Amino acid sequence: MALLEAQKIEKHFGSTKVLQDISFSLDEGQALAIIGSSGSGKTTLLRCLNFLETPDAGVISVGGKVIFDAADPATQQESELREKRLHFGLVFQNFNLFPQYTALENVTLAVKLRTPDKSQWGTIDARGRELLAQMGLQDRAGHYPHQLSGGQQQRVAIARALALRPDVLCFDEPTSALDPELTGEVLKVIRSLADQNTTMIIVTHEMAFARDVADEVIFMDGGVIVEQGPARQVIEQPREERTRQFLSRYSGS
Amino acid sequence: MLATVLGALNVGFLQTLKLFAVTLLGAIPLGLVLSFGSMSRFAPLRYLTRMVIWVIRGTPLMLQLIILYYIPGRLLGYSPWGSGEEGRFLASAIAFIINYTCYFSEIYRGGIQGVPVGQQEAGMVLGMTRSQIFFKVTLLQMIKRIVPPMSNEIITLVKDTSIARIISLQEVIWAGYAFLKGSHGYSGLVWPLFFTGIYYLVFNGVLTLLLGWVERRLDYFK
Repeated sequence: MALLEAQKIEKHFGSTKVLQDISFSLDEGQALAIIGSSGSGKTTLLRCLNFLETPDAGVISVGGKVIFDAADPATQQESELREKRLHFGLVFQNFNLFPQYTALENVTLAVKLRTPDKSQWGTIDARGRELLAQMGLQDRAGHYPHQLSGGQQQRVAIARALALRPDVLCFDEPTSALDPELTGEVLKVIRSLADQNTTMIIVTHEMAFARDVADEVIFMDGGVIVEQGPARQVIEQPREERTRQFLSRYSGS
Repeated sequence: MLATVLGALNVGFLQTLKLFAVTLLGAIPLGLVLSFGSMSRFAPLRYLTRMVIWVIRGTPLMLQLIILYYIPGRLLGYSPWGSGEEGRFLASAIAFIINYTCYFSEIYRGGIQGVPVGQQEAGMVLGMTRSQIFFKVTLLQMIKRIVPPMSNEIITLVKDTSIARIISLQEVIWAGYAFLKGSHGYSGLVWPLFFTGIYYLVFNGVLTLLLGWVERRLDYFK
């Protein structure tokens, strides 16, 4: 059974339809890449899954349980949405680390806020350090975000998202705000997460990366899913003309 | 003579300091409440708050103080403030707190809105509550942003306290002026009035150092 199932998600801003009839599913341990040009709706889709936007129609289920149904207001209460968000982790394009906290504090803050029993905070810190070490940042735990490079900041942000043990980890163009020489270190971390069978959704412009790391690929254009299938097939032998055109612009540059 | 003058000026400056401190103690928290009103998603509250801020910031503090102190007496037939220094202080404190609350609320609003939306969103996806996001994420970033403009307002407030002289609050300039027009057996003395300037200079010097220290304390993050 699929871990995540999205059915007929729709979102509009005013009269502009940003997402239409978006349905897909994701099995546990699988990585899904979403590709498409700017404005195709892929970021909005991620934001809908994390309830930063409320879908206007559609159903989202995790582990067979409906967590959001646009037709059922009972599934949309603020306090419950906050808990349901924790099914998903989100890594932002611009990192959005908290500048007044060290790398370690960024990773542990939310977990500590959920753990009133302070005797457990030592364990939380230890796990935070472990996550930073996993990101290759064991010697940066006490650094503030402005003392870190963009690639290091993004790796702290990944550790922060993992600290809450989400079912699905989402990446919103995780390397788009980085200098080209820094994208490698972030992609390497995401690749190792995929190797450990972390369930992930990655919105990306890195086609080679999507092909190698993702199991499935969705190509979006104009708010709809144009093509979806196994990563290698969609990127190397796309069936749809629109996908071909999009990919040729990438391989050409 | 020097001892008499300094004694009188000290008493006056104590009143200046009291008005300064009470205004800050009232306006700093009330400004935050008002800034939430001016950012409210409930439109009538937002418009009402912004109109109050417009009126208070758009008219002189001196006028507000005169109206608050004299008009109730005209309407009621007796002054609710009484005739003593305590009543004058109370009226001054209320007028100053209202006025500075409006100024502070606008500084706070700028500070809060200047924190990138991504900070709130990061808090949300990490499952934090609204109040956790405000107190643990936004507040300190906002404070860092507002320290320089607040320093300006606070130093202006020190000097604005002299406006209370218009209702004869016996603050330091009132005390200095008394020696010019005749008091304590002296009259025609000009220098005590000049001397009041030194009180303001020294006090503002101390405040500048203090606020600079606060600013440096927040330098550890960007």
